[in-house]
Amino acid sequence: MSVLTALARMQAVRAGRAQPIADYCHTHLSKRPLVMVPLKLAGEAAAPLAVMLGTEAANPRLLVVPQPRDRVLRLRFVAALADIVLPYITAHTTETEEYTTKEGETRTRCLDAPQLWVPNTGGIEFLGLLGRSVRFHRTDGDNPVPESIPLLGRWLTWFRDRAEHPGSSVALPMTSVLSAHWASGQSPLEDANLAALLGWIAPPPGRTGQQAAARAEDPLAVPPAGPATDPGFDNEELAPLIASYDEAVDETARALAVQRIERALHKQVEPTWQLMWQGLALLRALPAAPHAAGRWSADVAAFSYFLETVPEGTPQPRRDSAVSAARRLLDRERALERYDAERAFDDPRVMLEHRLAGTAFTGTVVEAEPTRTEAKGTRKVLRPHLRVRTSDPFTAVLGEKLCNITLPKQSGTVVDVDGDTVLLELSGGMGRKLIPEPGTVPEVGAAVGFARFTPVSSRPPKLPSREETPWTHGGPPPDWVPTEDTFEEL
Amino acid sequence: MKTLSARLDELRGAAPACRHNARTIAALTTNPGCSRRALLDAAAVDKAAVARHLGFPPTFGQSQFAITRGNAFEAMVKANGCADLLALLRERLDLTIPEVAYHNLEAVGDNTSNAVRYRRTRQLFAQAVDSGEGTLFDHPMLRLEIAGAPAYLEPDVVALRLGGQFHVVEIKSFPVVDGQADPAQVAAAARQSAVYVIALRELMKEIGADPEKLVSHNVILVCTTDFSNRPTAELVDLRKQLAVVSRQLSRLTAIDELVRSLPEDAGFALGDRLADTLAEIPARYAPECMSTCELAFACRDEARSQGCVDVLGRTVCDELGGLDNIDVVLSLAEGSLDLGEEYADITEVLRQAHRLRLEVAG
Repeated sequence: MSVLTALARMQAVRAGRAQPIADYCHTHLSKRPLVMVPLKLAGEAAAPLAVMLGTEAANPRLLVVPQPRDRVLRLRFVAALADIVLPYITAHTTETEEYTTKEGETRTRCLDAPQLWVPNTGGIEFLGLLGRSVRFHRTDGDNPVPESIPLLGRWLTWFRDRAEHPGSSVALPMTSVLSAHWASGQSPLEDANLAALLGWIAPPPGRTGQQAAARAEDPLAVPPAGPATDPGFDNEELAPLIASYDEAVDETARALAVQRIERALHKQVEPTWQLMWQGLALLRALPAAPHAAGRWSADVAAFSYFLETVPEGTPQPRRDSAVSAARRLLDRERALERYDAERAFDDPRVMLEHRLAGTAFTGTVVEAEPTRTEAKGTRKVLRPHLRVRTSDPFTAVLGEKLCNITLPKQSGTVVDVDGDTVLLELSGGMGRKLIPEPGTVPEVGAAVGFARFTPVSSRPPKLPSREETPWTHGGPPPDWVPTEDTFEEL
Repeated sequence: MKTLSARLDELRGAAPACRHNARTIAALTTNPGCSRRALLDAAAVDKAAVARHLGFPPTFGQSQFAITRGNAFEAMVKANGCADLLALLRERLDLTIPEVAYHNLEAVGDNTSNAVRYRRTRQLFAQAVDSGEGTLFDHPMLRLEIAGAPAYLEPDVVALRLGGQFHVVEIKSFPVVDGQADPAQVAAAARQSAVYVIALRELMKEIGADPEKLVSHNVILVCTTDFSNRPTAELVDLRKQLAVVSRQLSRLTAIDELVRSLPEDAGFALGDRLADTLAEIPARYAPECMSTCELAFACRDEARSQGCVDVLGRTVCDELGGLDNIDVVLSLAEGSLDLGEEYADITEVLRQAHRLRLEVAG
C-alpha cells in the first residue's frame, strides 16, 4: 500500500464508490476465457463439492459431487471436469508457428494460450490442491483411473504454479485483478469478497458502495464466492440433502436426491457466476495496456513449453529441488521487476506511485540543445542537452542515468541540478546520424518524464550449469524420475 | 473496597459468566490494544449476546462437515488407548517411548463436573511426577485464572511424558500436503496449544513441581497427511506464542484501571444503557477482528460513523503517520486544514499525492 492508494481509498469512502488506480487494463483478456467457480467441502483438504464453468456467460455447466466423501464419486467428478477443461486447453494448441531459437534450433510454439478465471486466490489454491490430489494417480495396476484424470492434475498444477508468476494471465483470481485497478472504500481483507468489491466498483443505482458491500456480506442474500461454503448453508441445507442421498433406497430416489443437491448448489454458485462476467465486462471496458501483450507472449511460450513435456507423462515433483527453486525464484523476481516497470511506463496513473516515491518525475522542457554533439575518441556523437523543470518530489543525483518514459530506448544522464530544474544529456533512440530523427528530442515547452528504472529487462545473472551446482544447493540435482512409490492408488 | 473479580461480576450483571476456552483465550492475543474487548472478556460477558443486542449478530459458524471430520480424525488417532498415536510418535519423531500407562480423564466415575475432573487430573499428574513413569492422559482437565476467575480448559488432547517432560499433543484434522500445511491454521493451532502449555505449567506449580523443567515448550501437532486420513506429527516450538499469551494474560489481570475508569453504576447487562456504556470504553477496531471477535461488526459500524481510518485496514493506517480520521486526512490533502509542525511531513506527502491524482484525473 502507498500513500496514493491510501488516499484513493479514503476518496472512495467519501465518494461512495471505488476510485480508479489504473487507466489501462494490465491483464491480458482472452477472447474465450474459461470461467470457473469451484466449491469445496468444509473440513476436507481438497474434496470438490461443485464447480460451475464455461466460456460463455449464458452457457454455464454445473458439475457436482453428491457425496464428496466418496472417492469414486470424486474421481467421476474429476473425469467430467477433465472432459471440459482438457478440450478447452487443446483448442489452443491447434494453431502453431515455427521459430528459431538463439541456439539456432527450429521449434514450434502455440499462438495462443488458455486462460482460467476464478473468483479469488482461494479458488486458485483449491484448483492447485485438486490437481495435486490426482496427478499421481495410477492409470495401470489394480485400480486404474482414466488417463485424463492425472493429466488434468498436471495441468491444474501448471496453472497454479504459473499463476504465481508476476504479470502472468493464465490463471487469474477476479478479486486480485479488480483490486489492482480500483481502490475500494473498505480494507484489503474485505476486498477478498468478490460481491463486496464489485459493490464498491459498480454499485447498483441509488446505492453507495458501502450499502452494496453490506448486502454482499449477508450469506443468505449473496452466497460466498467459494471455495468455502457458508456454514449455515452446509448445516441447514446441504447436510440433510446429502443424508437423503446416502439413505436413498433405489435408483429413482437417488436420482431425485442428486437433482435436489444440484439445485441447491446451483443457487450457491450462480450469483458468483454472474459476478465473474460482470467483473470481466468492467475490465474489458478499460483500454489494454501496451505491454500486456508482451507478457501474454511469455505466457504463451511457457504454455507451449509445458505442452511439449506432456507426452513424457512425468508428473511435476512434490517439491522443487533446490536448483529449480532457485531458478524459479530468480525468474519471478525478474518478472516482478519487469511487471512493475511496464505498468508504470504504460499507465500515467500507475506512474504516479513512482513520482510520489521519488523514483520518477515529469516536467516541462525549458531549454533544449537538440543538435549538441560531443567528441568520443576520434568521432563525434550526438548528445543533446535538455533542461527540465519539475514540481515532483524528485532528488536528482549528478551522473545518474534516467530512462525517458515516452521513449524507453533513450537515456538521460543528469549533468546539472539547479533549483527545480534538471539538466539531462540524452543518448540513444535518436537515429544514427548527428542530427536527431524528427520527434526524438523533445522541444521547449514539451511535457517529458524520466524514471530511475526501465521496462527493458537487464541480462539475467548467470547461474552455474546443472553439473556445476554448488554444495550450497546440494550439488548437481538428480533427475526427477518418479518411482513406484510416487504413484498413488485410489 | 470490592475485589476485582467481585466488581467484574457486578459489571456482568445477572447474565451467566461466559466460559473461556483455549480458543477464546488465544483470541485475546490478536488485538491486545482493545480495551473494550479486554474488559468484556475479563468480566466473562457473552459478547455474542451483546452483539445481537446491538443489532450486529456475529456471523461465526462452523460447518458440521468440518466438525464431523475433526471428531472422526481425533477418535481414530486415539483409538485403542492411543496405539496409533504412540506408533506415530516413535516413527515420525524418533521418540523412544517406553511402555505407557493410559488414563482417560473424560469423566471421573460418572462425575463429569469440571472441578472434580480437575482434581483428579492434578492427582494423577502428581503421581506421574513422583513415579517418573511415562503416562498418557486423555482429555485432562486444566485450569487457568482469567482476571481472577477460573477457566477450565480441556486439551481434547493428551499430555504425555517423554524424556522427562510433559508434552501437549494437539490433534487437528487439517492436512499437511507434501510437508507443508496452511500457515494460518498452524499459527492458530500453536496459539491454542500455548494456552494449554501455560495451564499445564500452572498445574505443575500447584503440585509443587518445576513447571519450566517439566512441561516442554514444544507441542506435538498431529495432522492428516496429504489427502488421506493417515496421521502425521511434527514438533512445533511455542516459545514465542507462550510469551505473547502470558503477557496478555498478565495484562488482563491488571485491568483494575480500566474498571475504575467506568462510572460506578455502569454495567454490561443487556438493556437500553448497554450501547452508551460500551461507547464509553475505547475499542481498537481492525478488519482482522472480524475473524476473532463477536463484536467486530458493531465496532466497524462505530468506526465508520466516526470516519476512522482503521476501517481501511492496517496497511492504510501505516501510511498515514499517525493520522486517524478520514476527513482530517482528506482536508489536509486538499489544503483546507493545517495541523502545524508536528504533521508537516505527512501533510506534504498527502498534498503531493492529491496534486498528482488531480493532474491525472484532469
